[in-house]
Amino acid sequence: MHQTIAAAPRAAPEPVVAGLPLRTWRTALLAATLLVALALPYFIKNFYVFQITMAMIYGIAILGLNLLTGINGQFSLGHSAFFGLGAYTTAIMMEHMGVSFYWTLPAAGLVCFVFGFLFGLPALRLEAIYLALATFALAIAMPQILKLSLIEHWTGGVQGIVLIKPDAPFGLPINADRWFYYLTLALGIALTACALNLVNSRSGRALIAIRDNPTAARSMGIDLSLYKTLAFGVSAAYTGIAGALSAIVIQFVAPDSFTFVLAVGLFVGLVVGGVGWIPGALFGGLFVLFVPNIAEHVSKGLAGAVYGIILLLVIYVMPSGMAGLLRLLVGRLGRIGR
Amino acid sequence: MELFIHQVLAGLATGGIYACMALAIVMIYQAIDHLNFAQGEMAMFSTFISWQLMQWGFPYWAAFFATIAISFVAGVLIERIVFKPLDGAPVLSHVVGFIALFAIINSLAGFIWEFTIKSFPTPFGTKSPFGTLINAHDTGMIAVTLVLLVLLYLFFRHSRLGLAMRAAAANPDSARLVGIRVGWMVALGWGLAAAIGAVAGMLIAPVVFLEPNMMLTILLYGFAGAVLGGLTSPGGAVLGGFSVGVIENLAGTFIPVVGRELKLTIALALIVAVLTVKPSGLFGRRVVSRV
Repeated sequence: MHQTIAAAPRAAPEPVVAGLPLRTWRTALLAATLLVALALPYFIKNFYVFQITMAMIYGIAILGLNLLTGINGQFSLGHSAFFGLGAYTTAIMMEHMGVSFYWTLPAAGLVCFVFGFLFGLPALRLEAIYLALATFALAIAMPQILKLSLIEHWTGGVQGIVLIKPDAPFGLPINADRWFYYLTLALGIALTACALNLVNSRSGRALIAIRDNPTAARSMGIDLSLYKTLAFGVSAAYTGIAGALSAIVIQFVAPDSFTFVLAVGLFVGLVVGGVGWIPGALFGGLFVLFVPNIAEHVSKGLAGAVYGIILLLVIYVMPSGMAGLLRLLVGRLGRIGR
Repeated sequence: MELFIHQVLAGLATGGIYACMALAIVMIYQAIDHLNFAQGEMAMFSTFISWQLMQWGFPYWAAFFATIAISFVAGVLIERIVFKPLDGAPVLSHVVGFIALFAIINSLAGFIWEFTIKSFPTPFGTKSPFGTLINAHDTGMIAVTLVLLVLLYLFFRHSRLGLAMRAAAANPDSARLVGIRVGWMVALGWGLAAAIGAVAGMLIAPVVFLEPNMMLTILLYGFAGAVLGGLTSPGGAVLGGFSVGVIENLAGTFIPVVGRELKLTIALALIVAVLTVKPSGLFGRRVVSRV
């Protein structure tokens, strides 16, 4: 994409921060982040490795939500359902079919894609607030469906399913926690790259056009129904893969892990990270995991209130999330550098 | 057949609860053009205030009206303090604001009054005019809901203030041009919604008992009822609330095995189905937007 911009006849001048072009800074920052991410598990305790893995998993789920809400403009308060579906797909395949974990990942993605696509069909008729309610209903319904006595044999009912974490393959000399940290990191990077490519492709532009002006998009010949349902499917697939990863990292699935609280958490993460900004998902994931813990540290009895106040402050200070804040900072720095 | 009638009546009784809540939801939707996710928590907090007043020795009706007044002021204050700064922020930020408000109120109520279940008195006595078919409190609750509906209808159709509030929500720019103070209309809408929520909370509490999480499912059913009836129509919302109650009860009774376990899911699925056929609800006006 960068080449296309550079080759364009009247390309905007590259913004400069402190003497270096922004693109150089971005590459440097990316490389530094990657190095830190690679080295991190060797400098912190196993429990924190686990926590950061979970933050990345939430990040992947938020990435999926971002593709739907940020890029395509469809609202969802029900992504916990797809997260749960992915987790249960992995759990059931491992427990009842003896499939190795690694094969359940694409399966979870596929199952969620199909369900997301199908859910996207009625969602086509619903707008904004109605879609929010319908997806919220999905989030509420999911734990009940998972507890259903008819399928208890498969899902384990209220008890859920306990899984066993496989060791690192190929005899790699690292423990399971670190292995799944690196696996999640690699998957996260791959999925982010896919998302970026999707957004910058013809289909991505179609999705954005639908978000910005459905009427104009339709008159340009974009198939609204197809793209909107596909967006739902892809978004659900991302979230499902995140769910599958969470199942193995936590080594346990139960219906009450996938309530609407999770859906609301993912949604909050999306807004905090920045709606429509792909890398925002990482910040969102960190927020989802750590801020409730911080709130509990501040006050046990009033943890919810502290969380709420932090949330309010965050949206006061940065109404468009981390994305807006960074844009502002870069703008300021750029002016100083000039 | 008798079982059927009985279940319909029981459904109407629980539906009364949802209708109350749906009415409060539609009210705030008309005033601010958003669904308020913290509505249930606000109603719960109001109910706790009236409980506290009664603990301090206030008689029921004094506590009832004092609570309505306090809730109204609190609603206005919440708008002024919390949501005024968010003016012009994207819709999603507003939703996060509601979620934050939800967390704060829920946690505060738990902190002040603890999470133990408390019983709440009913003002309607125990003698029902309809014998055993439907009990006194449910009758009273349905009656109050209907009275409230008529009052609101008159207010929004025939009073200057009501019309101004509707105008401010429907088209803020034009409303401002004809001299309506849009900011204050929104604040008033919050106050009114908080007051109606308080009434709903105090009517619901004798049935479900008072505790900080009492409104969680009720709010959802309320949303469902409001959306089913149409978010633009208070009457539709009340009817929607009753229908949700009846559907929930009938599904639980007549659909074998899954019915009882998936009551909520079935009710919600039905609503989504209705929405796909009639996207603005059964009685809602279709909002046509100019391109």
